[in-house]
Amino acid sequence: MIKPKRPKLELLSRPFIKKIVAEALTLLEKQGVFVENKEALRLLAEAGMKIDESAKRALFTSVLIEKCINSAPAAINLYDRSGEKKFIVGQDRVHFDPGSAAVTMLDHGAQAQRKAVTDDLVKFTRLVDCLPNYNFQSTGLISSDVPEEIADSYRLYICLQYSSKPVVTGTFRVEGFGPMYEMLLAVRGSARSLAEKPLAIFDACPSPPLKWSNLTTQSLIDCARAGIPSELISMGMTGATSPVTIAGTLVQHVAENLSGLVIAQLAQEGAPVIFGGSPSSFDMRHGTTPMGAIETMMIDSAYAQIGKDLGLPTHAYMALSDAKVNDAQAGFETGIGAILAALAGINVVSGPGMLNFESAQSLEKLVIDNEICGLAYRLIEGISQRDEPLALDLFRDFEQGAQFLTMPHTRKWYRKEHIFPSITDRETYDAWVVLGKKPMADRAAEEVARLLREKPGSLPDETVLRELEKVITREAKNAGLNDLPGR
Amino acid sequence: MTKENLFERMVQAVVEGQKEETENLAKEAVKRRMNLLEVIEKGFVPGLQKVGELWEKGEYFLPELITSAECMKAATAVLQPELKKARIDAPSKGKVVIGTVEGDIHDIGKNLVASMLQANGFDVYDLGADVKLEKFIDKAEETKVHFICLSALLTTAMLGQRKFIEMLKAKNLSGTFKVLVGGAPVNQKWAADIGADGYAENALAAVKLASRLMAKWRYQEAKDEK
Repeated sequence: MIKPKRPKLELLSRPFIKKIVAEALTLLEKQGVFVENKEALRLLAEAGMKIDESAKRALFTSVLIEKCINSAPAAINLYDRSGEKKFIVGQDRVHFDPGSAAVTMLDHGAQAQRKAVTDDLVKFTRLVDCLPNYNFQSTGLISSDVPEEIADSYRLYICLQYSSKPVVTGTFRVEGFGPMYEMLLAVRGSARSLAEKPLAIFDACPSPPLKWSNLTTQSLIDCARAGIPSELISMGMTGATSPVTIAGTLVQHVAENLSGLVIAQLAQEGAPVIFGGSPSSFDMRHGTTPMGAIETMMIDSAYAQIGKDLGLPTHAYMALSDAKVNDAQAGFETGIGAILAALAGINVVSGPGMLNFESAQSLEKLVIDNEICGLAYRLIEGISQRDEPLALDLFRDFEQGAQFLTMPHTRKWYRKEHIFPSITDRETYDAWVVLGKKPMADRAAEEVARLLREKPGSLPDETVLRELEKVITREAKNAGLNDLPGR
Repeated sequence: MTKENLFERMVQAVVEGQKEETENLAKEAVKRRMNLLEVIEKGFVPGLQKVGELWEKGEYFLPELITSAECMKAATAVLQPELKKARIDAPSKGKVVIGTVEGDIHDIGKNLVASMLQANGFDVYDLGADVKLEKFIDKAEETKVHFICLSALLTTAMLGQRKFIEMLKAKNLSGTFKVLVGGAPVNQKWAADIGADGYAENALAAVKLASRLMAKWRYQEAKDEK
């Protein structure tokens, strides 16, 4: 049997990759990176790097960078809450998860954005838990009904309470790591088993150009020591916070990611790190950061190719849109992004559900995008040889008027060869009329309502639940909130 | 194996689309000299009903639907001659002439409808594809059918559906047969415009439509007789 070919997108030639990486290494060696975290500066100094104390600038040698690239694992095994289901983050595996940390929510009824509250976050989590094409959760919404001091840990709390999927999350404050780590420990039972079976990925975002803030650096260090994978989210905006050319931005992107990788490896050799990002093609007319721009997707696909070339797991913010409602733009930008990300073999693809430059989440869009992700997974599965011979046997005793519908061969393979979307319109015109002439977003809203009615989410066992509650109640009290929002 | 076990296996064979197994079970029933009408009613028909339910729930798609219909036909092919030998009349749900109208050789949709009707107990005379309009009438008169089903994929063949209904009128046969139309470009509005007696969206809907019209017809006949 012939093996299926993995369809693949590669935007850069080998010499081009080499050139970009070489310039990034030179940049790190000559220009260096601003690091606002004392411990990281100390680690870098101990490793023999030149530090400009007053400017908080560290210069990196190529030798150290290469050593760190080699010590970082090429693939990471994430596990679900039960610790039984494993997800390999590496090779050409693709895992979609919703775009993270939206501040607003698209209200389908009102067709307007509003602040999100606990109820939204719970619905979001339950929905992602049951939609099959999201392998990971993300702490996708910031709940406005709790104090900002616990905004980061509170969303992880809701997530661990209602879903069993691994989760992509991150800290908003240096102090956020403590309680979040405690909650992950509550699920796994011990620091050792959490390190052995990571349940969460923490995003760490350098500030472009070439700066690591105190918060993100601390997150990198804390995660490295706890065995929690860090996702490096470089996010240059072409012509604003990074060079305007795609290749120029790639140089900065690689430099920022590699400097983060070094800090993580110095904190703990072998720490799991994901080569990721959320760069954008800056819009010079509106001063916005379009995630649905094709150039944004080109930057993403290209740096992921470089990340793979360096032997690292990869991530990108793709499969999302800048539209404000679930219109045609929302669909095409998300669709193109999901397909390109899958073809590029990006391991963690964050984006589904998101609108408006990563600022809004939509439950309806989550349902629509779940279908898009399904198409993308199908595409990269490629074309399989199912039989030997492929078809000749089917034409034996063939007579005029024969058809394939009744053949056992058809029944055997059609569900494996073809996927069946649930809300995509494939009705006849008449049936569509009978069903109320509903556009996609309305069908999605109905599906959201159905899923929320039927799927309660996956709850952890009582002891874990109580532990999680203990942590969040304590944190809430410290932040001046005596009662958690009801739901 | 008890009678009930046998019926259960028949249901299962039809639901799973196992044609050979269905055929063997029908033969087994004959061998055991069972009441064959009961066998159809309690063994095979519930299987097909279950398939219809699974289809409507969205769990079964065309391949399952049609393989189960094929199973049903295979079972009937075994049982019908036996019933005839015993001079038992299997109750017919109704008689149908079906075909794709002249100028159009597309027949997969028509085959689906024919299969489903047959599997559901209708007597089906399938004239195939590219059928001359006169031939539908000749066959219908010869076999005294209730329904004439006209399939069309090409829009030119759709015009044949209209022409056919005009032909029936000209021959004063309008009330004699019910004309049902179908095919990808055909819809309810077209059926109404040309004065057809019915239109169905898919094969299962066609069975329901024919059954409904048949019930009405019989009610009317009973009333007329009084």
